[in-house]
Amino acid sequence: MQYNPVAGTTFRPDTRSRLIAATRVRTMHQALVPFPVAYFVAAFATDLAYWRTVEVMWERFSVWLIAGGLVMAALVALAAVIDLVFAKQKPAWFRALGYTLAMLLSLLNVFVHSRDGYTAVVPPGLTLSAIVVAILLLSTVPTSWTLTTRRRGARS
Amino acid sequence: MNLSLKLIRAANKPRVSAALALVVAGLGLASCDDAGGDPRRQIGANPVLPAVQQYLLPPIRIARPVPWGNNTPSVPNGLQIHALATGFQHPRSLYVLPNGDVLVVESNGPKAPVFRPKDIITGFVQTFAGAKAKDANRITLLRDTNGDGVPEVRSVFLDHLNSPFGVALVGHYLYVANTDAIIRYPYQDGQTSITAPGTKLTDLPGGPIDHHWTKSLVASPDGSKLYVGVGSNSNVAENGLEAEHERAAIWEVDTTTGAHRIYASGVRNPTGLQFEPVSGKLWAIANERDEIGPDLVPDYLTSVQDGGFYGWPYSYYGRHLDPRVKPQRPDLVAKAIMPDYALSSHVAPLGIAMYTGNNLPATYRGGAFVGEHGSWDRTPLNGYKVVFVPFSGGKPSGIAQDVVTGFLDANNHTRGRPVGLAVDRNGALLISDDVGNTVWRVSAAPAEPANKPAS
Repeated sequence: MQYNPVAGTTFRPDTRSRLIAATRVRTMHQALVPFPVAYFVAAFATDLAYWRTVEVMWERFSVWLIAGGLVMAALVALAAVIDLVFAKQKPAWFRALGYTLAMLLSLLNVFVHSRDGYTAVVPPGLTLSAIVVAILLLSTVPTSWTLTTRRRGARS
Repeated sequence: MNLSLKLIRAANKPRVSAALALVVAGLGLASCDDAGGDPRRQIGANPVLPAVQQYLLPPIRIARPVPWGNNTPSVPNGLQIHALATGFQHPRSLYVLPNGDVLVVESNGPKAPVFRPKDIITGFVQTFAGAKAKDANRITLLRDTNGDGVPEVRSVFLDHLNSPFGVALVGHYLYVANTDAIIRYPYQDGQTSITAPGTKLTDLPGGPIDHHWTKSLVASPDGSKLYVGVGSNSNVAENGLEAEHERAAIWEVDTTTGAHRIYASGVRNPTGLQFEPVSGKLWAIANERDEIGPDLVPDYLTSVQDGGFYGWPYSYYGRHLDPRVKPQRPDLVAKAIMPDYALSSHVAPLGIAMYTGNNLPATYRGGAFVGEHGSWDRTPLNGYKVVFVPFSGGKPSGIAQDVVTGFLDANNHTRGRPVGLAVDRNGALLISDDVGNTVWRVSAAPAEPANKPAS
């Protein structure tokens, strides 16, 4: 990718449009970031359903949703690394750390959910699911769906 | 990144890691101890029971199979062991017909359903322990006419069965407990194969889950009733209590009508049933629950009381609550019966034979041999042997003794795993081995020659 330094005061139309395009450069991981969020929020919902109904179907939904979210999270991590290396990105630390913490807690959570019986969910699995959702809501979701920003050197 | 975000970040980092540490500690995730104590502390009437422990990663300690080669299991002085026959496909239970013919049930469970990601991993791991070996779903007959321990006849006795386990002969009817039904076949003395179609006596709880699939079987001494061990459909009711309908129970089935009632309940997996010869009472071996520690819960040997409740899933070993079950049932826990005799944790007893023969030394008479298939979730490995529980006056009267060992090699690889036991017409003990695919025969060693030079 190439970014033209904008110098002087005369903006030619093509330079201007190129600048806008450059600031809105799409990173690869950006499209994947929402998947684990959606899965883990859904898992929290099915955990709540299991808590209220003691119907094992909900517990099974939860553990598959968490496992699926972790698979997507692995893809996010891979894509984010590629973005950092090749797309002149640097980590957006607040969002990236919050997101990473949520993923690590979900890794714990998939093991907790794999225990047998009601206590696989209530209270430890449900608690973990709630913490994960809270972290994602506070760190990632309200600000941006990207975990990186453009490196300063790449900025004009 | 603007200043306010930077501030939040700086303030959050230590707090976040502290919070994570709290969560990990608070949920009890940090403890992952799979090392069990001395198994002998859990043998007998009053086993030592540690506190419940829940795992993040349940320990998996399987033994990889290796061939027997020229080795055999080991037996104490005064006994000898040799292979009665080899080359079976996952032989499980054994039954001796009145004419001395030995029936070898070659069987394995139906394909386990995948409900959770865990089930995929469990299935994968079990293939390494040889537990997913191809099964024949048949019964093979062995006939040793001259009693020398070498069968002259080997034939397919019954074929195309559905995960059979228990067998019982009453008069001229042979009852076979498939995983989903008891089938009755006509049998004439000396028959080496049955081709007549069977008739169904009663359905048994089978699929679609069929977690504990083995249906053990014993006939009452008068032949009017069959007792059937029906295992639970889960470790600890995690598939829902509705999946446990009439499971984790010992059924009493009328041999004439096929009608059944629950004779005893709350027995997680009753894998073997026998009538004790002195008292005439029904006894069972049972496999208890997993994933609450290397020393919980001891598998057991117990007399079975009519109408008795033995705890599963709500409590273990009497009234010790299992916190994992919802809803809890204090009313049932209050009447949970403590089993008679602990065999120690995770040994997986799968075969029992009350010894009434005359071939083995007199010390074995009246007691119970128990085949322990062996543990998969603790260190050190437990079981993988045949033990003897002495009985006196119809009750266990001492610590279990190792009788047949050597199923594990020095590197904790498994050459074989004992399953079903039976006593043959000559009083020798037969042991099926579903990893070595062999039936072993233990008999009294020939008397030492008197003129043997002292060494």
